[in-house]
Amino acid sequence: MSYISLSQKDKKEMLERIGVSSVEELFRSIPDDLKIKNRLDVPDPLTEPELSRWMDEIARQNSYHEFLSFLGAGAYSHVIPSVVDYLSSRGEFISPYTPYQPEVSQGTLQIIFEFQTLICQLTGMDIANASLYDGASGAAEAVLMANRIKSKPKVLVAKSVHPQYREVIQTYTQNLDISVEEIEYSDRGEVDIGNLKAKLDEGTSAVVTQSPNFFGIIEKLDMISALAHERQALSIVVVAEPVSLGILEAPGRLGADIVTGEGQSFGLSVSYGGPYLGFMACCKESVRQFPGRIAGETEDVDGKRGFVATLSTREQFIRRERATSNICTNQAWCALRATIFLELLGKQGMRELASQNLQKANYALDQITKIAGITPRFQGVCFNEFVLEFEKPWTEIEEFLLEKGVIGGLSVVEAFPELENCALLCVTESHRKEDIDRLVALLKEVCS
Amino acid sequence: MKKVIHEPLIFEISGEGKNGYVLPKLDVPLKDNILEDIPSRKEIEGFPEVSEVEVVRHFTRLSQTNYCIDLGFYPLGSCTMKYNPKINEKLAFKKEWLLSHPHASEKWTQGSLQILKMAEELLKNITGMDAFTLQPSAGAQGEFVGMLMIRACLEERGNPRKIVLIPDSAHGTNPSSAHICGYRIQEIKSNERGTVDVADLAEHMTEDVAALMVTNPNTLGVFETDIKKITDIVHTKGGLVYMDGANMNALIGMCKPGDMGIDVIHLNLHKTFSTPHGGGGPGSGPVGVTKELEPYLPFPVIEKEDGILSLNHMRPKSIGRVRSFYGNFLVIVKAVAYILSLGATGLKEIAEIAVLNSNYLRKNLEDDYDLKYLTPTLHECVFSDKIQKQFGVTNIDIAKRLIDYGLHPPTMSFPLIVQGALMVEPTETESKKDLDRFIEAMKQIAQEAKEDPELLKNAPHGSYVRRLDETSAARNPVLRWRRSPDE
Amino acid sequence: MYPDNYYFTKDHEWVKIDGDNAMVGITDFAQKQLGDVVYVELPQSGAQLEFHQSMGVIESVKAVSDIFSPISGEIIETNDELNDSPELVNEDPHDKGWIAKIKIKDETELEKLMSASEYEKFLEGLEE
Repeated sequence: MSYISLSQKDKKEMLERIGVSSVEELFRSIPDDLKIKNRLDVPDPLTEPELSRWMDEIARQNSYHEFLSFLGAGAYSHVIPSVVDYLSSRGEFISPYTPYQPEVSQGTLQIIFEFQTLICQLTGMDIANASLYDGASGAAEAVLMANRIKSKPKVLVAKSVHPQYREVIQTYTQNLDISVEEIEYSDRGEVDIGNLKAKLDEGTSAVVTQSPNFFGIIEKLDMISALAHERQALSIVVVAEPVSLGILEAPGRLGADIVTGEGQSFGLSVSYGGPYLGFMACCKESVRQFPGRIAGETEDVDGKRGFVATLSTREQFIRRERATSNICTNQAWCALRATIFLELLGKQGMRELASQNLQKANYALDQITKIAGITPRFQGVCFNEFVLEFEKPWTEIEEFLLEKGVIGGLSVVEAFPELENCALLCVTESHRKEDIDRLVALLKEVCS
Repeated sequence: MKKVIHEPLIFEISGEGKNGYVLPKLDVPLKDNILEDIPSRKEIEGFPEVSEVEVVRHFTRLSQTNYCIDLGFYPLGSCTMKYNPKINEKLAFKKEWLLSHPHASEKWTQGSLQILKMAEELLKNITGMDAFTLQPSAGAQGEFVGMLMIRACLEERGNPRKIVLIPDSAHGTNPSSAHICGYRIQEIKSNERGTVDVADLAEHMTEDVAALMVTNPNTLGVFETDIKKITDIVHTKGGLVYMDGANMNALIGMCKPGDMGIDVIHLNLHKTFSTPHGGGGPGSGPVGVTKELEPYLPFPVIEKEDGILSLNHMRPKSIGRVRSFYGNFLVIVKAVAYILSLGATGLKEIAEIAVLNSNYLRKNLEDDYDLKYLTPTLHECVFSDKIQKQFGVTNIDIAKRLIDYGLHPPTMSFPLIVQGALMVEPTETESKKDLDRFIEAMKQIAQEAKEDPELLKNAPHGSYVRRLDETSAARNPVLRWRRSPDE
Repeated sequence: MYPDNYYFTKDHEWVKIDGDNAMVGITDFAQKQLGDVVYVELPQSGAQLEFHQSMGVIESVKAVSDIFSPISGEIIETNDELNDSPELVNEDPHDKGWIAKIKIKDETELEKLMSASEYEKFLEGLEE
């Protein structure tokens, strides 16, 4: 397949106009000893039918979608309205460039402005950006931002923050003057307040908490934020499952200074880990330290309302090494899908979506923990995920469930060696009562 | 003065009681005390309430105010805005890809792992590098990963060093990525050809320098003919060479960075490998390394044993993780489909035609627009507004006037070494007709600059919105909609 | 154009002496180069500065520029009006657009600076 649009005649005319006899002459600046002598070791071209067949064969080696699955842990299976796919597949949304020329990019810019507003409303903050890569790198960027604002060397990160997010924070801070200390979690599965108080001091830039946390437990954000503020530290709240914000109070109203998280739940498939959608929001005082592209409202010469990328002096193409982030290309098309999703569901829909997640997960938790040999590992209140502890080895239970076509949950012992024979289960609105009851029946069978 | 509004914001057409999507009714018994001790909200304040019809019309109308590749030419230098093949979209959205959960055991996701492994192998072949990571979500994140690996390698050798050398023509992400790795930047001058001044490099290359970040061809579209000499200078003093692969479109099938002495390179799948730009992402910035740097790759890495692929997280020398999971998977699927559909011959043709198209544009415009550097260029070239400045017309005015001709402007004001820059990169997917249309428009604009500069200074005239006030947007930022001023 | 009693630097800052203190700002040439100023990051009062140390940043829509201290000394006052009205730097760069007042540490440093006519010659040289 070729996407060249030149005829033989065109090529001849162009070469003549340039004044060379062949295309090879145009590559004179590449030394001969660097030029590839043979062809690339890449297969011969495939036509569309051949490529489709090839891809079908590879795809057949995936069988995950045939299972009834209860996996979550940072990637959530929610409804995706057909309108989201339909609208986002328009060429005018897929194929434009970054909106550096606002006059011909008003669609992209207005949608970013709407996205920013929706994120502010969800999180209860003043300002949001056009997107970051994902929740994990968002958490890292938030830590760097807090360090720029406070100029203090220490950051406290709760252990109940997603292990991958903590790994990314580590990667981003390893060569800077920032030391990361972890805060323990309690029996309730929440941040251990005593441990937090002990570690907070005047050298702390920020406290990073996730809510609902990795264990699915809802954290006491107002208490944590208040403690951070007593020591002039910032409260960073990470939201990996923002569907929860349809029913839980906005972190901004619980003392959060920076809210960041993963928007994959809003209209993106789990798609083996990407592309996802990082979001970040802050208060207006911090805007100059805020990373990422931002769209702002303005007027044109005729007084028409329009939108532009603004406050660009924070960004790398102007500030270079002193930029608030090196980010350039972000996840704009994913933010578009999220915007369509959020506007379609709207006030009522988001409330209903959050409520169903809460109800179904707690129904599942109640039914499952009636079974002898299974207990909830933590006492805190969960949103749509929970950790179960099993008397029998989890591997045995997992194997049994798999044979019956069910992926029952995620073992957490790798990230938390102290949580042996525990599994993290996620239940969303996409699980019907009969799916949950099927899981319960199977667990009863294997645990008896 | 009351603002004139075309398409309202969704919040402005919202009305109580409307909704656009209905979920099945709750089928488990309702338990109403779950959140009794948890702060909750009755509703998301200010969230819109609209119907499906209103959403579809809103976004459809907004889409029609966007210029896009499917509409026309995008001569943006350094962005490689080539056509996005539609088959790749279709193949990326197979349900087997969309529904596979990243935490699923490798047993159930061998297909997804095959795609990732295939991508690594193909990119190794194309670049001549020994190993790849697909984790970085974009070029800038790739740069960060590359620089982290350089630092880790030098640390293991005994000294991470303090400085990174970066040519003054480099993209802004280069210095900002090096900075997050804890390095100080030292700028290297470009010579009169626009390429790295080898003497200046040799002078600055000390044992305090960790690396040189080089773009090849550089941001002027010029191939660094002395690249082997350059990498030797750096290696002799114990440093490493990072290559920004954003301009790979000029090299593909012609030569390999792995043969140039490059230690680390990032690629942009959303540039060279045709994945759609989406208005600003998602992209993908795979990073290729030599054997020596392979141990430092982000975890997990994909390994094959007895024909089965698995993810290995046990990598003691790894620089860590830069994002959740494995990378922008769907973007990678599209790039694999692209590479396979072009094959070896098609890939080489990319570079040939990209360079042909660019030189054709250059030849036709070099009498109308100033070229600061006369060095031969490959897939892009940089004009400036020097001639037009005599009439008070700047590169921005030229750009805005191009919009009136139904064309997207070239890259503005970059690289920094050319004042009033206009960076033009047509890519290989443009037809001669479209190239001629662009040439014609640019020539007319050059004429207009002489005869009627005011026309350009007030451009664009016929677009959906005219020139926007970016000054007040920055002085008095309005960054979200609010129901009332005090919300 | 450039006031006779002012001193000038190669980085386009100006200095006006007022007893023991120096008032500092950027020149008309600089503000034209920058374009519409949208924000000025002012130095902290009380900060001790060395000659040519960065004392703040001026941002326009598409550019960022360091302000380098033309003399050594302590910042005793900053022009806080610039917080609400950064455009003063464009409208009146040599007077109302002043940036900071510095208590002069070493008067001999003024000898390193240019006079108004020297600065104008310097600008002509740049344009070639």
